[in-house]
Amino acid sequence: MKIVVCVKQIPDPASPYQLDPESYFVVRPNDQVLDDTDRYGVEVALQLSDELGEDASVTLLSMSPGGSQQGIRQALAMGADGAILIEDETLRGADALTTSQILAAAATRAEADLLIAGTESTDGYTGVVPQQVAEIMGVPALTFARKVEHVDGKLRIERQTQAGYDVVEGALPAVLSVTSGVVEPRYPTFKGIMQAKSKPVETLTAADLGVTAKVSQKIVSVEEVEGRQAGDIIEDDGEGYLRIIEKLEEVKVV
Amino acid sequence: MSKNPIGPGTPDPLDFLNIDDELSVDERLLRDTVRQFVGDRILPNVAEWFEEGSIPKELGKEMGALGMLGMHLDGYGCAGMSAVDYGLACLELEAGDSGTRSFVSVQGSLAMFPIWAYGSEEQKQQWLPGMAAGDLLGCFGLTEPDSGSDPGSMRTNARKDGDDWVLNGAKMWITNGSIADVAVVWAQTDEGIRGFVVPTDTSGFSTQDIHHKLSLRASVTSELILEDVRLPADAVLPGVAGLKGPLSCLSEARYGILWGAVGAARACYEAALDYSTSREQFGGPIGGYQLTQRKLVEMMVAVNRGLLVALHIGRKKDAGTLTASQISFGKFDNVRMALEVAREARGILGANGITLEYPVIRHMNNLESVITYEGTNEIHTLILGQAITGINAFS
Ligand SMILES: Cc1cc2nc3c(=O)[nH]c(=O)nc-3n(C[C@H](O)[C@H](O)[C@H](O)COP(=O)(O)OP(=O)(O)OC[C@H]3O[C@@H](n4cnc5c(N)ncnc54)[C@H](O)[C@@H]3O)c2cc1C
Ligand SMILES: Cc1cc2nc3c(=O)[nH]c(=O)nc-3n(C[C@H](O)[C@H](O)[C@H](O)COP(=O)(O)OP(=O)(O)OC[C@H]3O[C@@H](n4cnc5c(N)ncnc54)[C@H](O)[C@@H]3O)c2cc1C
Repeated sequence: MKIVVCVKQIPDPASPYQLDPESYFVVRPNDQVLDDTDRYGVEVALQLSDELGEDASVTLLSMSPGGSQQGIRQALAMGADGAILIEDETLRGADALTTSQILAAAATRAEADLLIAGTESTDGYTGVVPQQVAEIMGVPALTFARKVEHVDGKLRIERQTQAGYDVVEGALPAVLSVTSGVVEPRYPTFKGIMQAKSKPVETLTAADLGVTAKVSQKIVSVEEVEGRQAGDIIEDDGEGYLRIIEKLEEVKVV
Repeated sequence: MSKNPIGPGTPDPLDFLNIDDELSVDERLLRDTVRQFVGDRILPNVAEWFEEGSIPKELGKEMGALGMLGMHLDGYGCAGMSAVDYGLACLELEAGDSGTRSFVSVQGSLAMFPIWAYGSEEQKQQWLPGMAAGDLLGCFGLTEPDSGSDPGSMRTNARKDGDDWVLNGAKMWITNGSIADVAVVWAQTDEGIRGFVVPTDTSGFSTQDIHHKLSLRASVTSELILEDVRLPADAVLPGVAGLKGPLSCLSEARYGILWGAVGAARACYEAALDYSTSREQFGGPIGGYQLTQRKLVEMMVAVNRGLLVALHIGRKKDAGTLTASQISFGKFDNVRMALEVAREARGILGANGITLEYPVIRHMNNLESVITYEGTNEIHTLILGQAITGINAFS
């Protein structure tokens, strides 16, 4: 089984983001790190691959400016076999749909049986890419998985819902999006870090994939979010819990 | 003259000189991995370990799985990383606690290194893979009750009896002594000081833990007692005789310490910076007062300088151009620097500075051990003094 895992490389969330004053895009430093949420997808892929043994391979898929590829290296060091990097200046400012077209084309080209992604990236967080990719590829979308099993050549997941979870099954090929917490991602081992250096990274452009980037998205302005309002203080006179229940009902939590 | 303009912007307070730029992608990846491990496994628990005066033995297996034990050695299951990689790992570990860094130093540099460097092929095969994995723990017995800075005066001895060796004596202050599966013990013989690989279940070998420590509490420190410990002929390390055996191990470990100390200092500086910007007195954050800013700036400069020294020494080690007295430079200056930073940070945290809720007093107390072991500050001063004057002032 050929497993392809989406890994987004993002600016280190620990350092403050800067916006380009003209395009309003986030300034992408040379060293981008692995989006933490994609560590879960990588772990799911590695576990499936361990389970399937020889017949399985794990390839990373990332669309981002070139740079040091630290994020890809990290996922390779965790144990992935190789990576595909789509690096193309014409993709700067690509919206989610363009990104999905690119990722779908690359996954098809790599003959992926299973494409794994996060549910939502840490920096862009539109949360639509996995579903779009599935639609473009014409394969089932198994989304928001909090548990993943491979049974009889099919994939069975527990899809996280507001109320609990649904059990969903789908045949391969498929797209799978996993939530954080689905598994405990492994640390890259030191040997893994050494080996990652010599693992193959294939670099492609949009043209290689036969996709013409139509960047139709333009950011017109950026506003600061409103500061949070101070909360209501409920003084407990012994009956405070009733007011709290009322509040929770108001916001439809209970 | 450089034509590059001096750019705008404020550097990162936690990496003021952007020393990160001097590291390769792989070095950063390794550093981040250890930092994450420390954040997940050490920091949430270490205050409790410190309070209890223990360190869980299983930690060895977790570190082994990552490749941290004997990481700078190659073959026999070791990761074969560079000296800078090893240093970065020590730094991050000691930003957690000096005890966890000591654990790794002792295993990799003091117990595995002599077997790797001076052991027979059989000794290496027998011990190193299990030690790299953390399944087997090692300790290093050099210091004795009456022989510390002057290890040449040791009394522990090994005498030949037929083909066997028989060891007698005592070793003091031995990190991981009672939890070790194997002890590398240095002893006087007719051929000078020799190293012995002693399985700790050998009859006549026993240990006694040292209690009531107020420093390095998240670390086991023991006395080793050797009473007619009979070992086969092949228990001796064949590759070295004389004091240079143990001293070369110390050089390896001191190298890790000169990085580790920067980690402890950084943790204290970060705690003090964070505290001083949130703690308010007299109507404003204490970090807004000039006296506090002076302290914070001194700490920031010291930490950056210490890291530059460590990285410089590390690059020289990887290039094969490092001398032992240059390691003394780093151990001498970085550990005393870290201790000063810790004490200053302790003060900035006020009363909170004396509790284990914050990492500072733990680091401060730990560093009292770090400045003593692996050559006291005075001993490194004498090494440096001799190196620059050519005159031996030890005795
Ligand atoms: C030159 C260049 C510059 C770019 N600059 C930016 C930028 O400034 N800001 C920005 O957010 N993005 C940037 N991108 C990436 C791309 O535009 C976004 O990934 C895209 O808009 C998806 O949006 P999202 O993150 O909200 O997706 P979501 O739907 O929130 O992501 C869901 C999941 O899809 C997968 N995924 C999403 N994007 C990628 C990707 N690029 N590679 C691999 N897997 C992915 C991940 O698994 C993720 O968890 C740039 C790309 C290039 C080539
Ligand atoms: C927590 C901890 C863990 C340790 N782990 C190990 C271990 O795993 N293995 C091991 O073998 N040892 C270990 N040690 C021992 C350590 O290496 C010794 O404590 C150290 O070498 C100093 O020896 P000493 O304590 O006997 O002090 P001494 O040598 O007695 O020194 C006492 C004081 O005199 C000073 N002094 C000595 N000689 C001179 C001189 N010529 N001129 C000026 N001043 C001098 C010293 O600097 C010091 O201030 C450990 C120690 C500690 C505290």
